[in-house]
Amino acid sequence: MNPAPSVIIFTTLSGAGFGLLVWLGLGLPGVTGLTAFGFFAIAYLLAVGGLLASTFHLGRPERAIRAFTQWRTSWLSREGWTSVIALILMAGYGAGLVFLGTRWTALGLAGAAMSVAVVFTTSMIYAQLRTVPRWNMALTPVMFLTLSLTGGALLAGQMAAAKALLLLSGIVQIAYWKLGDRALAGSGTTLATATGLGAPRAVRAFEPPHTGTNYLLEEFVHVVGRRHALKLRAIALTLAVVLPLVLLMLGAGHLVAALAALCHLAGVAVSRWLFFAQAEHVVGFYYGKR
Amino acid sequence: MTQLPVRTDRKLGLVIDLDTCVGCHACVISCKGWNTENYGAPLSDQDAYGADPSGTFLNRVHSFEIRPDEGAAQLVHFPKSCLHCEDAPCVTVCPTGASYKRREDGIVLVNEDHCIGCGLCAWACPYGARELDRAAGVMKKCTLCIDRIYNENLLEQDRVPACVRTCPAGARHFGDLGDPDSAVSQLVAERGGIDLMPEQGTRPVNKYLPPRPRDRIGADSPALTAVAETASGFLAWLDRTLDRLPGGGLARMDAPAKEENS
Ligand code: SF4
Ligand code: SF4
Repeated sequence: MNPAPSVIIFTTLSGAGFGLLVWLGLGLPGVTGLTAFGFFAIAYLLAVGGLLASTFHLGRPERAIRAFTQWRTSWLSREGWTSVIALILMAGYGAGLVFLGTRWTALGLAGAAMSVAVVFTTSMIYAQLRTVPRWNMALTPVMFLTLSLTGGALLAGQMAAAKALLLLSGIVQIAYWKLGDRALAGSGTTLATATGLGAPRAVRAFEPPHTGTNYLLEEFVHVVGRRHALKLRAIALTLAVVLPLVLLMLGAGHLVAALAALCHLAGVAVSRWLFFAQAEHVVGFYYGKR
Repeated sequence: MTQLPVRTDRKLGLVIDLDTCVGCHACVISCKGWNTENYGAPLSDQDAYGADPSGTFLNRVHSFEIRPDEGAAQLVHFPKSCLHCEDAPCVTVCPTGASYKRREDGIVLVNEDHCIGCGLCAWACPYGARELDRAAGVMKKCTLCIDRIYNENLLEQDRVPACVRTCPAGARHFGDLGDPDSAVSQLVAERGGIDLMPEQGTRPVNKYLPPRPRDRIGADSPALTAVAETASGFLAWLDRTLDRLPGGGLARMDAPAKEENS
């Protein structure tokens, strides 16, 4: 799949932003006043900035409001609803903390639950697609959620939780890659099922329907950069998990925490790039590619 | 509304005969010709006369090679457009309701005025049947020529999809696949029509008729009887005499070669 920058930025930033909102909603850290304002400002910048970036890949962004209508069947529509509800709930909760110095616990918990739901709905947009076996796995939402909570914990300064979650993220990430590498073969879709011309006769793509490129090839048959996948996996894991862990072991303090969080986000962005670039869409079979 | 109808009154669709298709791409062109000036936004091209041309098409013809264990390889031309699936994943993922499946005839359509061009439906389609138009920013797909098949301003024989009307080989058939007595359903039954990627669970309405095995000349094949017989009588005498003239045999052998060179 084409690793469009807008979608990578969106899932990375808003994942971390909603992750931070989860921790704030739980009252970790239990901040009020100006400090609370600082935390909420960061969370909203990330979450809303990410959502705005996601509209850049729309063909007709001016109609985006229509995406709220089909929540009964569409995960994309549900993501729209959960994010708006989460942002409204957390705005009320944040206002209480910042301006009144009061913590409305129930509101915070509801906001935290909604923020988890946002990340889950985002991940389901990908996980629901049978056409992309590497995404069509239970581990996809698990990975999105752990990474989001880890980023949130780092941003919220929850160092003990962050260390544990970093470890967990690393394990989930590696498991996702391992299972993902087998997903296409395990999906049962092949050129033989795609064409019905299969066994016992061997079939191969002989001539594509067009000499130039098209939307399908650009969007779904992105093979550039896959050869560096192993190196990029190492980079992603080092940035997202190993370096932040080492930093947290070495010391405490705001600077170390900020550095660890930035490092982690950069790693998640690389991992997201791979998430798209490595994903094979079954339509590639018709072109003899994957 | 992106909820799929529980059942549709009819299942209009295509039956594509892979045994008959000659790979001429006439259906590709007639589809583009009709649909660029009828339903919805035109099918745009980018850099059409430049070095890197691309464009939106609703129907494309792939070519595959089958290599049997024995015997010669066989080329199969493979037209592919929307299969108007009964469990259309492209419809349920759509956040805006722009994509829908019609209850009355099962045709899957895009309401281009509501489409935000998110591309998710094209991601969900396993067959590559949807292409986002780069100029209009909305999703394009086969409409089964909805503006032809019900169009009373057209002659009766033209009220079929443009690809079906134009196919010079008769490789494309249009009809109601929900009716077991229709000509298309009979054809599918008779020829063992198949679904593409059945494991994807889309339940496509369109069916493909697999190529029939080619005839082979084997030991038990009847030998051909000679059509030309050896000349006799005057003609045989003339033939022999001309051969005996100087250069006679040579001239006969040279003649075709000279023709080729000239
Ligand atoms: S072929 Fe693709 S676009 Fe057409 S109905 Fe099926 S899934 Fe949807
Ligand atoms: S591109 Fe248009 S039709 Fe397709 S899912 Fe998005 S809004 Fe719906």
